[in-house]
Amino acid sequence: MSLDALTFLFVGGSFALYIGIAIWARAGSTKEFYVAGGGVPPIANGMATAADWMSAASFISLAGIVSFVGRDASAYLMGWTGGYVLLAMLLAPYLRKFGKFTVPDFIGDRYYSNTARTIAVICTIIISFTYVAGQMRGVGIVFSRYLHVDINTGVVIGMAIVFFYAVLGGMKGITYTQVAQYCVLILAFMVPAIFLSLQVTGHLLPQTALGATLDSGQSVLATLDQLSVELGFAQYTAGSKTTIDLFFMTFALMAGTAGLPHVIVRFFTVPRVKDARASAGWALIFIAILYTSVPGVAGFGRVNLIQTVNGVENTGREYSQIPDWFARWENTGLIKWEDKNNDGKVFYSKTEENELTVNRDIMVLANPEIAQLPNWVIALVAAGAVAAALSTAAGLLLVISTSISHDLMKKTINPNLSEKQELLYARGAAVVAILVAGWFGVNPPGFVAQVVALAFGLAASSVFPAILMGIFSKRMNTAGAVSGMVAGIAVTLAYIIYFKFLGGTSDQWIMGISPEGFGTVGMILNFIVAKIVSSMTAEPPAEIQQIVEDIRIPRGAGAASSH
Amino acid sequence: MSLSNENAQAYWSENLRIIITYLSIWFVVSYGCGVLFVDALDQIQFFGFPLGFWFAQQGSIFVFVGLIWAYVFSMNKLDEKYDVHE
Repeated sequence: MSLDALTFLFVGGSFALYIGIAIWARAGSTKEFYVAGGGVPPIANGMATAADWMSAASFISLAGIVSFVGRDASAYLMGWTGGYVLLAMLLAPYLRKFGKFTVPDFIGDRYYSNTARTIAVICTIIISFTYVAGQMRGVGIVFSRYLHVDINTGVVIGMAIVFFYAVLGGMKGITYTQVAQYCVLILAFMVPAIFLSLQVTGHLLPQTALGATLDSGQSVLATLDQLSVELGFAQYTAGSKTTIDLFFMTFALMAGTAGLPHVIVRFFTVPRVKDARASAGWALIFIAILYTSVPGVAGFGRVNLIQTVNGVENTGREYSQIPDWFARWENTGLIKWEDKNNDGKVFYSKTEENELTVNRDIMVLANPEIAQLPNWVIALVAAGAVAAALSTAAGLLLVISTSISHDLMKKTINPNLSEKQELLYARGAAVVAILVAGWFGVNPPGFVAQVVALAFGLAASSVFPAILMGIFSKRMNTAGAVSGMVAGIAVTLAYIIYFKFLGGTSDQWIMGISPEGFGTVGMILNFIVAKIVSSMTAEPPAEIQQIVEDIRIPRGAGAASSH
Repeated sequence: MSLSNENAQAYWSENLRIIITYLSIWFVVSYGCGVLFVDALDQIQFFGFPLGFWFAQQGSIFVFVGLIWAYVFSMNKLDEKYDVHE
């Protein structure tokens, strides 16, 4: 069967599966729509969390970043997994015991303030839209490459599918589709990863294969170091970021991960507090399968790329002798070759003689082709990339629609809303959110990479500290929490906007901290301001202190409720 | 769930002790081995990896998984000890 037919079969088959699940898991009440009825088993929730978390960025871009950046990319690998330790120990069990539907719910109730609730709603919406824009674009790119449709048509197809199961099924539909999407995406990532490790080193697992010795007698990493240095790149296993920047960046990514609303709400869907803890454990196992394979995929991909393009002598290779995949990716614009010295050879290096521009994202998408794997593997990767993007987009859209129908309409504007009306608002908000996300997919803001710093910076400097203090400090009051959040958000936003959008340069970084790492500073400031302000103002009322006492004890969690 | 105030206090402080223990390990493995002392550890070879590089790109993730599960089991035991489990 041809590649196109196989891709249609794999992607189409996975869509049919998602739609079937959506019809089966249709939501009938707000509780089903917001938290899947609160009865999701921990393993299923772990898988759904993993799919929710691993976006087009994890599936497509992460290996690309590691591949091109080497050592310094460890901030992403550690940051995006270590956050789950914080989530499991500091947030998830207590929020589950608290037993409401959303993150602004907790912040609004714990700090007995609609101002705090509204700040949380705004943060939630900004973080989620920032994120979703990239997902829709990712779906469009995958469709355009593999199904030969226009990118915009691809975005519209993606919107239609998400519309179907997010609007119909709410959290219940999303949860069970995400379980299926996890299976598709992990298979799609691991099959080529295992093929590659076997091909390059004879090891089955990419985790151990990266440390293996090649036929040349040299280890994979030493070969990478040597190739990189010969071509003028930095040594693969040596970093160029300063220790302090790496430290702050890793911390911002960890605290940001723990503070992302679409991840936190997943822990509201399990029956008991102990299930919330176990879900975090399962989620990290499922995430770690992919994340610990990434360094291997990245390393082999880079060796393959350099050797294919530069030839065995590492001095360049005749264009006519380079395999077909090269031309196919040239068509998408993700690879560009300019024959500067007119010798008809392609040459890739860090020096002036370089003739090749490679987009990092092709590392995962083109890897199977570079390694000449069978067509069904390539089709599987396409289905996996779409699953990764759709599952994250659906989770984000749900959080956006819930913030609007529940936190804004029901809790702030009109408390008399009936359940039926609230559900109608939730579905309506989901439709609007999908349309806005689709618009971003068709007209990408052009700074997707920059806005990721924004999403994590905001989550680390506002949501994470506010929830943490709400659980671990009985003394924390409205004035402290609100002023802390405002201070944290203000400095983080100002720093990111100055350096990412107003042309600030890296020699102006305060203490050498990059905008990606500044969320950590915002978080520390949030803690300090909140502590000082709360100690100068009245302590919270007795019933609020009782709530804090109560969420610390697991028994009596019951199902999530709106009262 | 008539947990006396004293017991609730004792439960909470044991809970905090567990969290602090595991988060110390979390910090040492990720920020210690993966960031602060990475250059020293890189002098050691570990199954074909420089050890610091291995911690930063793989080892820390394995430890994170182990930590969450150790925490899950410790807390389940603690919940039963104070009879606050569900």
